[in-house]
Amino acid sequence: MNTPKLSRREFIQTQGALIVGASGSVFVGDALAQAAPPVLVGPQPTALDTWIRIATNGHVTANFGKMDCGQGLDTAIAQIVAEELDVPMDSVTVVMGDTRLTPNQGGGSGSTGLRMGSNPLRNAAAEARRLLVDAASARLGVSAADLATDNGRVFVKANPTQSVSYADLIGGKDFGASLKWNNAIGNGMNAQGMAKPKDVSQYKIVGQGIKRKDIADKVGAKEHYTAHIRPENLLHARAVRPQVAGAMPLSVDASSIANIAGAKHFVKGGFVAVVADTEWNAIRASRQLKVTWSDVPGPLGGGESTVFEHIRSAPVTSSNAIPIFGGKKAYDPKPTMEALAASKRVIEAEYECAFQAHARIAPSCGVVDVKGDQVQVWADVQKPHFLREGIAKFLGLPQDNVQVKWMHGAGSYGRSDADEAPYEAALLSKEFGRPVRMQWSREEGMAWGPKAPAAVITMKAGLDESNNVTGWLLKAKGFNGWDVKFNAESPEHTLVGMQTGHKKWNAHNFNVPEESYKFNNHVHWWETIPPYLEQASPMRTAHMRAPQEMQTHFGQECFIDEVAHSAGMDPIAFRMKHMQDPREADVVKAAAEKLGWAPKANTGRKSTAKVMTGRGIALHAGYQSYAAVACEVQVHRDTGRIWVKRLVVANDCGLIVNPVGVRAAMEGQIMQGISRSLYEEVHFDKNRVNSVDWNSYRIANLEDLPGQVEIVLLNRPDKPIGGAGEPAIVCFPAAIANAVFDATGVRIRRYPLLPSRVKKALTT
Amino acid sequence: MPNYSLNVDGAPQTVQAEVDEPLLYALTDKLKLKGPKFGCGLAQCGTCTVLVDGKPVRSCVTPTSAVVGKPIRTLDGLAKNGQLHPVQEAFVHEQAAQCGYCSNGWIMHSVALLEKTPKPTPEQIKQAFANVQCRCGTQIAIMRAVKRASDTMTPNAKA
Repeated sequence: MNTPKLSRREFIQTQGALIVGASGSVFVGDALAQAAPPVLVGPQPTALDTWIRIATNGHVTANFGKMDCGQGLDTAIAQIVAEELDVPMDSVTVVMGDTRLTPNQGGGSGSTGLRMGSNPLRNAAAEARRLLVDAASARLGVSAADLATDNGRVFVKANPTQSVSYADLIGGKDFGASLKWNNAIGNGMNAQGMAKPKDVSQYKIVGQGIKRKDIADKVGAKEHYTAHIRPENLLHARAVRPQVAGAMPLSVDASSIANIAGAKHFVKGGFVAVVADTEWNAIRASRQLKVTWSDVPGPLGGGESTVFEHIRSAPVTSSNAIPIFGGKKAYDPKPTMEALAASKRVIEAEYECAFQAHARIAPSCGVVDVKGDQVQVWADVQKPHFLREGIAKFLGLPQDNVQVKWMHGAGSYGRSDADEAPYEAALLSKEFGRPVRMQWSREEGMAWGPKAPAAVITMKAGLDESNNVTGWLLKAKGFNGWDVKFNAESPEHTLVGMQTGHKKWNAHNFNVPEESYKFNNHVHWWETIPPYLEQASPMRTAHMRAPQEMQTHFGQECFIDEVAHSAGMDPIAFRMKHMQDPREADVVKAAAEKLGWAPKANTGRKSTAKVMTGRGIALHAGYQSYAAVACEVQVHRDTGRIWVKRLVVANDCGLIVNPVGVRAAMEGQIMQGISRSLYEEVHFDKNRVNSVDWNSYRIANLEDLPGQVEIVLLNRPDKPIGGAGEPAIVCFPAAIANAVFDATGVRIRRYPLLPSRVKKALTT
Repeated sequence: MPNYSLNVDGAPQTVQAEVDEPLLYALTDKLKLKGPKFGCGLAQCGTCTVLVDGKPVRSCVTPTSAVVGKPIRTLDGLAKNGQLHPVQEAFVHEQAAQCGYCSNGWIMHSVALLEKTPKPTPEQIKQAFANVQCRCGTQIAIMRAVKRASDTMTPNAKA
C-alpha cells in the first residue's frame, strides 16, 4: 500500500475525461496527450517565458495559475522556484491567478496548490537554470559540466570567481524556449523541458520554514483586496433580495428611491439591484427600493426542524459507490445485509450533519469594467480562469475579451459566494456603461451564498462471538453536493445566472470515506436527494472545504468508536486492527502518543460530575495526506458547553515544503474545525434562510481556544507532496463527539454539537 | 450633502457625506483608506474598527457626523516613518494572518487594549476581543501576537 493514494477529488476540475473499465476508472490525461492539444485561452504552458521571467536586475517572476487561500502558498511556490533556479528566496516574486499572465492551473482546488500546482513551475525553473548554464558555457567558454549555479550566478566550479550573473545572461529578455505540455488544463496541468529537477537530497530552500511576505502588507494596510478596487467613474451596486426564496419581482416602484441622488434600479428576471455614485447611497437605495414579489408557498420544505426526516424520506436522484468524478461504480449491499443477518450482534447508528455556510469574513465583492466588448474583472474567487470563461458566456463575448485579475479576498474555503458578485457586477457594468463594484451585504453572504449539504450517514456493523467484524455498511444520504459547480465556469452556476434564465445543471454527487479500514463484507455508497428549490435557491450547495468528507467521516469515525466500545476494545487498538496503510497508523500513533493516550476500553460510564472530561480521536486520509486529531474535552453539564482542553494534530503531507506554512494551515483547521463541530448550522424555515449575521450563524471565538495545542508534523521527504489544507479539519466533529462520549457516556450523533443540544442529551 | 471636518491619523480631512453616512464609507469610499474594511455593517465582526479618542469604535455603524473634530486613528496611520507599530510587528513576527481581511479589527483592538492595559490578564484579553471575528481560524496565532506585542511594548514590565 505504498503507492500514493490519489484522493478521488483530484480527478475533478481537470478537464480530462474518465474511462471506466473493468479494473476501475482510469484517468485519460496521458491518453489525450497523443491527440491534438486542447485550445487554451491566454498564456500558453508550452512557453518557458509563460512561467519564468528574469528581469534586468536578476529578479525572478514566477507566474502561477493558482491562488493563495491565506495559507502562504505563494511562499512555498517561491521556495520551489528559488530551489531549482539557485537564487535567493528574496529574488522571487510569485504572480497568482491573473488571466493575462498565468495559465489555467485550476485555481484553488482540492488542496492541489503544491502537490499538483507546483509541478510545471518546478520543471520550468529547472529548465531555465539549464538554459542559463548553457548560455554561460558559451559566454565563458567553459563546458557546462564544469559549471555550477548559486545565488543567481553561473560560476566555474574550479574557479568560482569566474562567473556570470543570470541578469547578465537573460535579464529582461525572453528565453524563447519551449516546454512539452501534457495537454491538461486545470489542476493536472504540467509542462516539462529537458532538465531534470533536483533530487530531494539536494534541497536547501525547500523544507525550510520561511515566513510569508504578504502579511506585512496585510497588517500594514497596504494590501489591495477586491474591496479596494475603485476605478474612476465607478458605480456602486447592491442587490435587493426577496423575503421568500425563489420569489420573482412583479413590479418595482422607481419613485421609492427618487430622493437618492443618482440612484437607479435594475431588474432582469429574478435579479433586482440598485446602483449609485457613492457606496452609502447604493446601500440606502437597496434598503428603500419598493419591490412587489410573487408569492411562493413554502419553498424550503419544512425548514430546519424537519431537515433530517426530509432527507430520510426523500426520493433518490442519484447514487454511487464512489464520487461521481471517479466514474460509476456498482455496489451490492446484499452480501453485507446477509452477513449482518447472520451476525451474533448488529450495531446500527445514524449520524446527522447540518447545512453549513462558508460565511467568509466579508461577503462577496466584485468589480467589473465592461468597455465596449472588452471586460476587466477584479475578484477574489478561487478560480479566476473559470470565472473568465463564465463571464464571457454570460455577456456573450469570446473569452479572449475578458480578463480576470485575482485579488486577495476575505477568506477562501471552496466554492463560496465569491463568484457571485463579479457576475452581477458584469451584468450591471454592461447595462450602465461604467465600472461597477458590487458588494454583497452580510445577510446576503450568510443567507444567499452556497452551502455545504446536510446529510444523514447510516452505519451498520455485525460482530461475531469473538467480536470480529462480520459486515460493515455505510450509506451517506444527503442533499446533492453539486447544485452549482465548483468551477463557476458558466452562468447557471451562479445565483444571478439562474435568476436570469440559465437553468441549473443536473449533476449529482456526494461522497464516501476513503477506505482506511478493511472489513469483511464492507459496502458503502451515497445517495442524493432533490433540492428544496430547484432554481436560484439560497440553500443551493457547492464545495465547502473537504466537501462531503466531514459529513461521511463523522459517521465513519464515530461509528468505529461505537463498534470498538461494543467489542470492549480501545478505540485506537480497534482502528489499528483494521487499518491498511502504515502512514495512517503513524499519524494515529503520533497523535495518541502526544496526547498521552493510555489504552483502555471505553467504559461508557455515566458521569454525574458538573464538568466531565474525556478523550477522542479521529483519522482522515486524503489529498495524498494523512491527519489524525486527538483531543481531551471538558463537557459542562449545566450549560452543555464543550471546551477542548488539549488537542493534538498529527499530519503527514509527504515532503514538507515549508513547515511554517503547514503549521499555520493546521492552526487554521483547528479553530475552523472546532467551529464547524460545535456551532455552525444554517438556520432556515420553510420560506427563507434565517442565518443572516454572526449572531444567527455563530462561529468559534476566543472562548473556544483550546487550553493546549500540539502539532506533530511527520515529514516524508521520500513521498510526494500532499495537500495540507483539508485533511485535518475533516477529523474534528468525530474526534470531539468521541471525546464527549468518553466523558459522559452519552453519544451525540449530530453535528454541530451545540451547547443546547449537548445539555439536552445529558439530561434525557 | 454636508461637509465634515475630520481628524484622521493626525491630519485634517474634509469629507462630504450624508448626515446618516457611517464613518466607514467616508474613510474607505472617500478617503480611500485600506485599513478599516466592510465586514458586516452590524458592529459584529470588528473589521471596520478605528480608534476614536483612543477607544475602539465600529466605523460601520458610527455616523461620520458623530466624530467631527475627534482624533481618529486607523490602521493606515499606525506605522510611523515607515516603521510598523509594535502590534503590527508582532502580527508579522507571529504570522498572525491568513486571508488577513480581519486583521484590522484584531490590531486596532490590540492597540486600544495594550495602550491602556500593557499587561492584560487572559480575562481582559477575552473581554477586549469579545466581538472580533476571524473566519480563517487564526486566533491561536493572533493570541501569540498579542502576547508578543504586550512584551515588546513594555520591555521592563514584570508580568
